[in-house]
Amino acid sequence: MNNIFTNNIKTIEFDSLIIGGGGSGMRASLELAKSGLNTAVVSKVFPTRSHTVSAQGGITCAIASADPNDDWRWHMYDTVKGADFIGDQDAIEYLCSEGPKAVFELEHMGLPFSRFENGRIYQRPFGGQSKDFGKGGQAARTCAAADRTGHALLHTLYQNNVKEGTNFLNEWFAVDLVKNSKDEVTGVIAFSIESGEVAYLKAQATVLATGGAGRIYASTTNALINTGDGLAMALRAGFPAQDMEMWQFHPTGIYGAGSLVTEGCRGEGGYLINKDGERFMERYAPNVKDLAGRDVVARSMVLEILEGRGCGENNDHIFLKLDHLGSEVLNSKLPGICELSRTFAHVDPVYEPIPVVPTCHYMMGGTPTNVSGQAFTRTNNEDHLINGLFSAGEAACVSVHGANRLGGNSLLDLVVFGRATGMHIQSELKSGGGVSSASKSDIDQSLERLNKLNESTNGFDTAEVKKELQECMQNYFGVFRRGDFMKKGLDQLSALKEKVYNLHLKDKSDAFNTSRVEAIELQNLFEVAESTAISAYQRTESRGAHARDDFPDRDDENWLCHTIYDPQNKIVSKREVNFKPEKVEAFPPIVRTY
Amino acid sequence: MFGNQLNISLYRYNPEEDKFPYMKKYKIDKPKKDIMVLDLLNLLKEEDQSISYRRSCREGVCGSDGMNINGKNGLACITPISSVIKKNKIELRPLPGLPVIRDLVVDMTEFYNQYEKIKPFLQNETTAPEQERLQSPEERDKLDGLYECILCACCSTSCPSFWWNPDKFVGPAALLQAYRFLADSRDLKTQERLESLSDPFSVYRCHGIMNCVNVCPKGLNPNKAIGEIKSMLHKNKKDIIVTDGV
Repeated sequence: MNNIFTNNIKTIEFDSLIIGGGGSGMRASLELAKSGLNTAVVSKVFPTRSHTVSAQGGITCAIASADPNDDWRWHMYDTVKGADFIGDQDAIEYLCSEGPKAVFELEHMGLPFSRFENGRIYQRPFGGQSKDFGKGGQAARTCAAADRTGHALLHTLYQNNVKEGTNFLNEWFAVDLVKNSKDEVTGVIAFSIESGEVAYLKAQATVLATGGAGRIYASTTNALINTGDGLAMALRAGFPAQDMEMWQFHPTGIYGAGSLVTEGCRGEGGYLINKDGERFMERYAPNVKDLAGRDVVARSMVLEILEGRGCGENNDHIFLKLDHLGSEVLNSKLPGICELSRTFAHVDPVYEPIPVVPTCHYMMGGTPTNVSGQAFTRTNNEDHLINGLFSAGEAACVSVHGANRLGGNSLLDLVVFGRATGMHIQSELKSGGGVSSASKSDIDQSLERLNKLNESTNGFDTAEVKKELQECMQNYFGVFRRGDFMKKGLDQLSALKEKVYNLHLKDKSDAFNTSRVEAIELQNLFEVAESTAISAYQRTESRGAHARDDFPDRDDENWLCHTIYDPQNKIVSKREVNFKPEKVEAFPPIVRTY
Repeated sequence: MFGNQLNISLYRYNPEEDKFPYMKKYKIDKPKKDIMVLDLLNLLKEEDQSISYRRSCREGVCGSDGMNINGKNGLACITPISSVIKKNKIELRPLPGLPVIRDLVVDMTEFYNQYEKIKPFLQNETTAPEQERLQSPEERDKLDGLYECILCACCSTSCPSFWWNPDKFVGPAALLQAYRFLADSRDLKTQERLESLSDPFSVYRCHGIMNCVNVCPKGLNPNKAIGEIKSMLHKNKKDIIVTDGV
């Protein structure tokens, strides 16, 4: 791969371009392919290798199967409360009320949901779920295909895209957005990982559906490919990110390995114990115990460990007890967990508890969008839509998860907003919408990063710098945060920037050069990490997943708002939360207890 | 003498530099604790950036890192080195039978083509109800052991019949999926699906060698599914020409 200019690369044109082949991307592409628009999915892996495949417990939605009286408004209440009141209520209303339609569509497409005796979709209890606006006890609202719901969902979506003839650019890697003089997004620069061929993929609509970036932390449940590529491209193009301080630490990542153990384990009756065998969640969340919000459970576990009641030789983890459920329940409802636990913890949950620790799991923040997936930027404290740019799923911040996502809401987010984005683009393009062209210099600009890497003759080692970055985020921006520690982390990040943008790509070959991919991914991780660190330092309160020792209380007076990170000036501003749902009264902030 | 070192023999091929593939030897200090083959590859790649392989979930659910480990196909991320090491040695090769793009990365086009050929999607043209289509737990149970396939290709690339006829024999992975839809009470194209499989190659090149069952990292049994398809075909006899001598 030598020096590349616009003149010597080809342009491939589509109506719409989806970056990312996970749940949200393939739900959007399905909608677009069905509408007859020329749509392509650009995925750095074969689509069924996307991280949606790892989702286990299910997709939360008020389809009124386990409880015929279930109501999407109750789901909305739980989600608003779970988000610690900075989720946008118009978006949450859309998520919960449109959800059943989206879930039934998945079933019609063939998703092999588990079933109740009456033939309806099986639903299990998950954390933070209630009936009757918190007054009616625990709900069972998470629709499941055993504990392989993400796998079943992702494969079903891929299968239906095959059916509808979606174009797939598999193992193509998107490097940077192309932006024209009007600040419209006109596509991306991407290369084929297999051949090294670089192309300008031009489109009237570009959707960032690139998922999360859990790999900014040393310990994460996320796949190795979760490097925030889309969000980082948007940041580099000068577009903002919202609520980047909000990272979910899942209570039950397998100790030492990081693999996820679904919340469904606790939904089915499992519980956490400390070294004394005490079911300690009874102290922290007397009502719902182990099924409190994930942020609450994760913090309680860390406190148990810090106070010397952790399990194991070093008192540094917690046990998840499942053996009392019996082998029949475990093998039928949680077969994947049994398999993972045997492989990665060398423990058979039928007989022994699984060692777990809170592990980075989910990025609540992302590229800010409206409910139609349209990305926007902020000027003069107002939202301004970015023509041509969309985002959905974990990469986006719409924002339905606010400061803490409820279990099972991520899969619902993918399909509801992937679908909404597809529907919006379809109507926009069919009514004559679109973008102007980009000039050669616009395109050349988007090739700069790739060219610099390809020309590098010396510099830093990708693997080493990545470790430094991940350690820094783990140490200073974890479950508990403190101003002075975060300041140290910020200083380390400033020093790291020089290294990240001066990597030495030793191997310059074209064919399936994964070291080139990894170098670009590291730069993407850095952008996400930096926006996280700066936003976390600025939010001087504790809310949802953002817990500060130096500001232990929620501060609604000053911080009942989103943070908007401006990558050009590296500053954070505030954005109002939406309290105007259309079909119900807004839920006002209350003290959040479980 | 090298008791504390691990010998790794790695298949290397870069089409821009190498006329032929070759096995490259690496030695690394034996890790203190048991690690997965994927961890081992990651350690090697930290030393030698030019090594290429696919990986994603690192927990055995995405199917990216199927490869041939000491002679047997498996997923690198869930294969502990202790389970495969022989005389301090581990040999890693790409999945057999498919063209190699580079190092451990194979061109899976033919594998995916077979998957697409069986129409791997639910076909039911009746008007969908407002809610879900009902399915009893017993009907749903029939999909267990089928839908869990992760398309890693460990089975099909261990199958001699697939090596000979990758364009005509559907292969164990895609046949498992063919049966997943035949077995689904919601799918209404049973007849069409069977007809498309009734030629002498699609299914009948399976000779029950069972390599697929031996290597499946998810513990699935494509051979059993193929048996079910064969018996459905026999019941559906009218268009069938049985050319298989067995």
